[in-house]
Amino acid sequence: MRHLLTTAGLAREDAIRILDTAAQMAATQERETRKLPTLRGKTVVNLFFEDSTRTRISFEAAAKRLSADVINFSAKGSSVSKGESLKDTALTLQAMGADAVVVRHWASGAAERLATSGWVHGSVLNAGDGTHQHPTQALLDAYTIRKHLVESPDGAGLDGLRVAIVGDVLHSRVAGSNGYLLTTLGAKVSVVAPPTLLPVGITARPELEVFYTLDEALDAHKFDAIMMLRVQRERMTGAAFFPSPEEYTRMYGLDAARMARLPEQAIIMHPGPMNRGLEISAEAADAPNSVIVEQVANGVAVRMAALYLLLAGEEAAE
Amino acid sequence: MSSTAKPVLIENVSLAGQVNSNLLIVDGEIAEAQGSPIDAPADAIRIDATGLIALPGLVDLHTHLREPGREDAETIESGSRSAARGGFTAIHAMANTTPVADSAGVVEQVWSRGREVGLVDVYPVGAVTVGLGGTQLSEMGAMAMSRARVRVFSDDGKCVSDPVIMRRALEYVKTFGGVIAQHSQDPRLTEGAQMHEGIVSAELGLTGWPAVAEESIIARDVLLTEHVGSRLHVCHVSTAGSVDIIRWAKARGINVTAEVMPHHLLLTDESVRGYDARFKVNPPLRTQADVDAVRAGLADGTIDIIATDHAPHPDEDKDCEWGAAAMGMIGLETALGIVQKAMVDTGLMNWSQVALRMSHLPAVIGGVADAHGLNLDKGEAANITLVDPSAPWLVDPAKTASRSNNSPFGGIELPGRAVATFLRGTPTYLDERFEGLFA
Amino acid sequence: MTGTILGAPDISRAITRIAHEIVERNDGAGNIVLLGIPTRGLPLARRLADALVAIEPTFDSAARTGALDITMYRDDLHRQPTRAIGTTTMPTAGIDDATVVLVDDVFHTGRTIRAALDAISDLGRPRTVQLAVLVDRGHRELPIRADYVGKNIPTSRSERVDVRLLEVDGEDAVVLRRGENEGAGEGA
Repeated sequence: MRHLLTTAGLAREDAIRILDTAAQMAATQERETRKLPTLRGKTVVNLFFEDSTRTRISFEAAAKRLSADVINFSAKGSSVSKGESLKDTALTLQAMGADAVVVRHWASGAAERLATSGWVHGSVLNAGDGTHQHPTQALLDAYTIRKHLVESPDGAGLDGLRVAIVGDVLHSRVAGSNGYLLTTLGAKVSVVAPPTLLPVGITARPELEVFYTLDEALDAHKFDAIMMLRVQRERMTGAAFFPSPEEYTRMYGLDAARMARLPEQAIIMHPGPMNRGLEISAEAADAPNSVIVEQVANGVAVRMAALYLLLAGEEAAE
Repeated sequence: MSSTAKPVLIENVSLAGQVNSNLLIVDGEIAEAQGSPIDAPADAIRIDATGLIALPGLVDLHTHLREPGREDAETIESGSRSAARGGFTAIHAMANTTPVADSAGVVEQVWSRGREVGLVDVYPVGAVTVGLGGTQLSEMGAMAMSRARVRVFSDDGKCVSDPVIMRRALEYVKTFGGVIAQHSQDPRLTEGAQMHEGIVSAELGLTGWPAVAEESIIARDVLLTEHVGSRLHVCHVSTAGSVDIIRWAKARGINVTAEVMPHHLLLTDESVRGYDARFKVNPPLRTQADVDAVRAGLADGTIDIIATDHAPHPDEDKDCEWGAAAMGMIGLETALGIVQKAMVDTGLMNWSQVALRMSHLPAVIGGVADAHGLNLDKGEAANITLVDPSAPWLVDPAKTASRSNNSPFGGIELPGRAVATFLRGTPTYLDERFEGLFA
Repeated sequence: MTGTILGAPDISRAITRIAHEIVERNDGAGNIVLLGIPTRGLPLARRLADALVAIEPTFDSAARTGALDITMYRDDLHRQPTRAIGTTTMPTAGIDDATVVLVDDVFHTGRTIRAALDAISDLGRPRTVQLAVLVDRGHRELPIRADYVGKNIPTSRSERVDVRLLEVDGEDAVVLRRGENEGAGEGA
């Protein structure tokens, strides 16, 4: 595996390999000495063109636990004010010798551009590009689901499990990555969103079942996992995607009543950061079957696995 | 290319693919045009045009020359050179320069620089609104009466979206027989749009540019045109729905003309996979169904002409992430080859129709039919393009005469190209096979 | 000499002898913990544990046997395709202050054991670490020695030593073969 850019082309056995490796990594994190020498001498650059302390720290922890050196680069910019050039920044980092570049960018396709342009020679790991993909998030979500809902997780997929993804699917790279990955692993995925927050092209994806309200979805299926997506308030009245936060919560929010309709084994997930009271109530966020905090820890293990698989073997650059 | 005083004899050329002929050019005019051999003066330069096709000099109704303001991307000179290489003898320079061409001063500047360069007749297009702001009509009358004699007005790059402003503009140009060339794009429906809205855009996570944003403006504009009894030209038609609306409008007798770009005859939104910004263009590449519909529309005349929308951009505006890239492709030198590949070699058009849609009709719409797009008859100005339809070539964006290299066609083989271009008898472009003839 | 060097009975005898040596050297099996290095060091460790129980019935083989995967401590990862990481299972008796006996099938360059020592130091602090191997084929690249050896088999660098065990390969045998190149990933 040279790069990790998207879950759309990720084969089932490669996905399972990442999950199994993550399990081994997680096991090492139970020890007193959590650090491993595996990537000693390798340099990992966190190239973040979008603010995200949480994801950056997660990748930093993952790299450091494998004894890699970490360089953090925060660049300014957005789709409105272009800011620093991706190309020039990448060339500078390459000159500093990066074995892997973990990139988060506001433009969809930025990670793929970086990987195919020849500006950097190392591996590229997509930490979120625009509204396109966020593969390690989907992998840690899949890992979390597998850990809780599959009897013997090692070597296994998510066959037969039912997962609901609720919220702004149109703008969510988390939904983008999960839609492909969970299906590849054998789960049945339902997306729940108002029509304004669903991409026009979703009808071409027969593997995704679409519901326009959360109650309809809960009527139709017993979900093993329900993933609530963060809703951006700016998208509400400003861009007219939805009338008001209150109406959103009424129709799509996971409150105590809806939570009670979930089967016993169901887990509640959220990629964070949460809008408590908007898309997810406090009771749901703090419920015993909420795995939201655990997702964060799993994120480090999954990212350790990704870095290991990209950098440790001979297929690593050069 | 220096002008030559010697007569030029073009022998055994096929006139628009229809009939074999010989042409004698003397003092910028076609002195003789006949099927039988011509008794030419002894000092005439003889061109053996066996296997070549002669078209009236091509006319582009939609070019971006970037001067004044963005000479790093293109100048009137480099753009003219690129046009001549593409077989064009006349181009219409769009108004979205810096400063915008919304006054007599700027259009005269562009016009006289074009004349100074002398490789192609540059006809400046005037902006419809001041600064392309969409709120106040520009002094179209002054531009029409200037030395540049502007007849085509367009805010291309932007849409004249305010319906009242569009109505007034359509009414106003009747004063001097002008035409409004509309860039049909509802701005509200396309805020932040990056590519065609469809299955591919959903997968790639790029904000979509729905077809309805083009079609709804065209529908409104043809109805306004009918209501006020004016003339409308629709720029770069790209969707099947747009073709349907224009067909309906023409059937109703509405005075509307339309153009299509070569890239919309060939490429689809699938090309956007990989996020190579050389495929980023406005209006965007659409689906195969749209490509099929615009080809059919061009073949049956619903779409009147082909125009290039030659849009140069410097490397840094393309060699970057998609969201940060500029929209547009250069196209003067690849237009003819693409039209041959997509339309002639597929049997949808013949060369006579190419002459119609790439020379005659563009000249008529632009109001320059007294000088361009004329039949290659005795007595007419010698604006002639010689085309070799059997000269396959590999497109190399670095080898263009344009200052910019933003072509998505690099590596594609095109079946033919212009090999000689004559502007009033003076060769403005000669393929290397003719080297030495005009020493 | 090529071909089968050890057959099933030879292997069995070697394990029994090593078990006796361990007990003798350490004055009993009371503080012993066995860590097998996957893949084949693991079944060997289990057999050794069974042999220890036969000598000292109080030896709690279940609590005192474990697996130590050393993939993440290897120094040659970049020279091969990416390796899958195996499972490390700590013996429930713990390794702190214990006499840890590392168990592996073939002792060769010593690099595997070097990695194992690094892995152990991240897991705890044994009082002593000893090494038991079924086959020592020589060609050490590091100053590491084995405490208990089933059989010394002098080899040339181009030869390969294949250990086959019932639990993994369906039969018990140690086979010496001519190889084209240095066996990568062949053993310790």
